[in-house]
Amino acid sequence: MGYTKDQLLARLHELKIDFTCYDHPVVLTVEEQAKHVGHLGGALSKNLLLKDKKHRLYVVSALAGTKVDMKILSQCLGLGKSGLRMAPEENLLQVLQVPLGCVTPFALMNESASAVSLLLDQGFKSKQSCYFHPLTNDVTIALSSSNLDKFLVSVGKQPAYVDLEAAPAVGKDNPPDLAHLVPSDVPNSSEQPTENTAPATVPHQNNVPKETEVKAKPKVQSKDTGTSQSKVDKPYDTSVDKFVNDMFDIISPLFLSEASKKLDIKKEELSSLIDALKGRAAPDLESLVTGLKNASYTSGFHAGFDTMLNRGLNGQPSRN
Amino acid sequence: MEAGAQHEASHIVEDAAGEQVVTPWEVSAPEGGIDYDKLVDRFGCQRVDAALVDRISRVTLRPPHRFLRRGIFFAHRDFNKILDIYEAGEKFYLYTGRGPSSEALHLGHLIPFMFTNGSRSGFPSCTAACRSGRKDSEDGSQVLSGFAVVLTYLQDAFKVPLVIQLTDDEKFLWKNLTIVECKRLARENAKDIIACGFDIEKTFIFSDFNYIGGSFYENMVETSSRVRFNNLRGILGLSVEDHIGKIGFPPVQAVPSFASSFPHLFPGKDQLPCLIPCAIDQDPYFRMTRDVAPKIGFQKPSLIESRFFPALQGEGIKMSASDPSSAIYVTDSCKQIKEKVNKYAFSGGQDSIELHRELGANLDVDIPIKYLNFFLEDDDELEHIKTMYKEGRMLTGEVKHRLVEVLSEMVAAHQRARSRVTEEIVDAFMAARPFHSMFG
Repeated sequence: MGYTKDQLLARLHELKIDFTCYDHPVVLTVEEQAKHVGHLGGALSKNLLLKDKKHRLYVVSALAGTKVDMKILSQCLGLGKSGLRMAPEENLLQVLQVPLGCVTPFALMNESASAVSLLLDQGFKSKQSCYFHPLTNDVTIALSSSNLDKFLVSVGKQPAYVDLEAAPAVGKDNPPDLAHLVPSDVPNSSEQPTENTAPATVPHQNNVPKETEVKAKPKVQSKDTGTSQSKVDKPYDTSVDKFVNDMFDIISPLFLSEASKKLDIKKEELSSLIDALKGRAAPDLESLVTGLKNASYTSGFHAGFDTMLNRGLNGQPSRN
Repeated sequence: MEAGAQHEASHIVEDAAGEQVVTPWEVSAPEGGIDYDKLVDRFGCQRVDAALVDRISRVTLRPPHRFLRRGIFFAHRDFNKILDIYEAGEKFYLYTGRGPSSEALHLGHLIPFMFTNGSRSGFPSCTAACRSGRKDSEDGSQVLSGFAVVLTYLQDAFKVPLVIQLTDDEKFLWKNLTIVECKRLARENAKDIIACGFDIEKTFIFSDFNYIGGSFYENMVETSSRVRFNNLRGILGLSVEDHIGKIGFPPVQAVPSFASSFPHLFPGKDQLPCLIPCAIDQDPYFRMTRDVAPKIGFQKPSLIESRFFPALQGEGIKMSASDPSSAIYVTDSCKQIKEKVNKYAFSGGQDSIELHRELGANLDVDIPIKYLNFFLEDDDELEHIKTMYKEGRMLTGEVKHRLVEVLSEMVAAHQRARSRVTEEIVDAFMAARPFHSMFG
């Protein structure tokens, strides 16, 4: 169960940490937040939840004005040039247990986030007060970085400040300087119940863009015969129908909102238009998607065949 | 396995002169066309009734294919058993085939393939747009004996694997073609089949010349040891004048009904039941197969059978790949389709507009209506056209115009889909590979 804002604020009081609290309407972006508290003199923060190829998570909390280069950061962490990407929504909800648009260092007080690494912008140290969300989007609290540190230490996190704008050349002579910040574990999000403390109806917004990565859980298919050595994972959904439906699920709401805005027509009237469109476009779209599926399968098939020819069974990587 | 392919010397002698003749190589009837009721009775198949169509719809959780709704697939053998099996959570596989006799595939050819593959049928997403009456019919699955339409529907609705046999050897034995040419045609036909939209993850296309051997051949030999020549004479109209290639061929078409013929697909599943969508003229082959199956210890295949797709000039004329005025080919341009329909499609309308408005059209012989029955998805629109036409309120020209629209879109979509089929894709479909998650 994730902590609530009230629990957090109570904890801050207990620790005798000074902070100021501002209420405002729900905000999902730094820009929106700025409209409400930007004039008050503190430093706005932007907070990213990132994930590497081994599914380890990082909260990067920076001054709103700091330029964060994911490639450079990735290299400094020793993850290679493109080892970091935005984490999917589910990680927000399950690991950090905060809603969209609410990534915050404070989320690390949750047990579920114990394996998440926190990188803080060096720039916070020179600010009198820094703004963060206290586990909810409709409040901002302002506190100094040293007070933030006090809090983090109290929940067992060592604060790590990093010059996020530095771009050292990482190479043989210059090993990745942030490698020690890579977590040793993958967050065990599946153990936590997915109960959100924050409202679950927050509309999808762009602080953490939706990740379209497919999660493959390696699982050997239940065998019915001892035929193959095949390492078959639980199969991805390759259904053409579903794919076309998913495409429409993306397009429809966008079309409805854009069209109803620009053309001043009610959404209900537009929905029947969408249905008609869907009906007319679906067969051709399905045909296109099938063509792609065929081509992809074929490509894989021939690659597999050649791998077997050239390398035999050793051509397939081992999972150990 | 092509409907109505001509065969030189043999005729089934059981019928008196003037009766209809239906064998895998000859389909002919006196005036008035095929009497399907008589055929079903004579063959001993069961009829597809409304209750069965309803059951199919319930079991597959989707509307039944229009070929079922409209009685195009009208007969069956043990299709209920397949539904029983399916409801019990058991699986089955689909089998169909094509005799690649020429490159010129016509619309009738695709029908079974349309039935076997489902997503191309365009529903339910199609339904809303259909009501507006402007819906372009589903995409490319056409020709190839209408079976393509049926097969894609069945594969999609039941989520089962499919094997498609290209009987290039049969064509060599019955036609004046070289083996090289037969093999080439098989591959060309495979592209049209693939264009109908089959699921590459659970569809295996094979040509006899490439595939026969191993377990498949063992099953062939087992089968042939249990069928007397006399049976073949009765069932298939073969005679002592025929060369032994023809006499030896039937087991080739029979054994894909047995799962053990495909050890790379169904290892350890020798008893996996099989459903065969086909035209009713193929029934004799599978009567023979059903007879033999228990003797070898295999399941009898189930069948679902269709009417014949009429030639443009009328039911009495045989549709032929070599007679362009008899059929719409998948390679026809919009212009050609328009010309063919306008010029050759036999009309049930009256000779003059006045007479037509008075008497209405004869729907029993009108080819455009029959074609719309096959290819126009929207039931409501079809009913509307039929009613208006019968009452003389719609003219032949208008009906033909609508037909041309429907066919043009279908053929164009098929051509688009076919253009995306590369040689490598054909290779992949035809590789003797396993299917992973074939029942998902």
